[in-house]
Amino acid sequence: MTWATFAPAVSAAFLGSLVEAIEALTIVLAVATVRGWRPAGLGAAAGLASLALIVAGLGPLLDRVPLLLLQLVIGVLLLLFGMRWLRKAILRAAGVIPLHDEAAAFAAGTAELREHRSRLDWLAGLASFKAVLLEGLEVVFIVIAVGAGRGLLLPASAGALGACALVAGAGFVLHRPLARVPENALKLAVGVMLSAFGVFWTGEGLGVAWPGADLAIVGFAALFLLVAALGAVAVRRPLEVAA
Amino acid sequence: MRMLAGIARELIGLFVDDGMLALAIIAVIVIAAIVASLIPGATAGVVLLAGSLFALLANVLAVQR
Repeated sequence: MTWATFAPAVSAAFLGSLVEAIEALTIVLAVATVRGWRPAGLGAAAGLASLALIVAGLGPLLDRVPLLLLQLVIGVLLLLFGMRWLRKAILRAAGVIPLHDEAAAFAAGTAELREHRSRLDWLAGLASFKAVLLEGLEVVFIVIAVGAGRGLLLPASAGALGACALVAGAGFVLHRPLARVPENALKLAVGVMLSAFGVFWTGEGLGVAWPGADLAIVGFAALFLLVAALGAVAVRRPLEVAA
Repeated sequence: MRMLAGIARELIGLFVDDGMLALAIIAVIVIAAIVASLIPGATAGVVLLAGSLFALLANVLAVQR
């Protein structure tokens, strides 16, 4: 295991999980603000328990899948997932689509919950449950994608858990969404890393012998970053002229 | 049931946001797989890397039009 594989895997898991945890926290806080901590906490706890069951159930199956097939499937999913993030981050950086605003998401979430004031608390808990489950599944996917097949599941999990603990701690102390985190820059960085991993693993799954082995990931990330920067500049220029 | 459908839709949405980009990525991977079966070595890797980068750039530039 080299630093070229270890460092990107852990940092991708940490940064990707940071983004997902912030999004989940925003919804849980919105529920807590409108309906109280009980439904928000119960929903979040149920979401975490469901996630734990999914990981415990599916985790051992990973060892039974042939390595090349695992690398190919995860590589393809990583390319789809990473380039989706990268595309959105490029368009946001270029000003084509608006930046994701946690404060606005929080306001929209609380307004929606207030509209249903007459309904039972379990609906609010359900919103909290769904947010934790869906964002948590993204975290689980990122951890498996960057960790499985390379013996990096534990370090990647540690990175993800560290990010979730950091966000949960900050949210608990501040009691408001983490609006100042540069989410688009994080998404761009994670999109670059996941896309680079995706190319590497898809290639490995297809039997490609990459020059420089694991070190190739760093080169791929640099190329994706370059293309992302070029794309953002190319798309932004006409908008500035029009303005 | 509606919630399960919503979760399934969001799970698919994790990987597919823009259909054209997803299709382009799959096409690049299929071409790379064909090249890998015909030409041993790193040629398929070059196709995969260059194709992915091109698909991303072309998709972003297409938004401009």
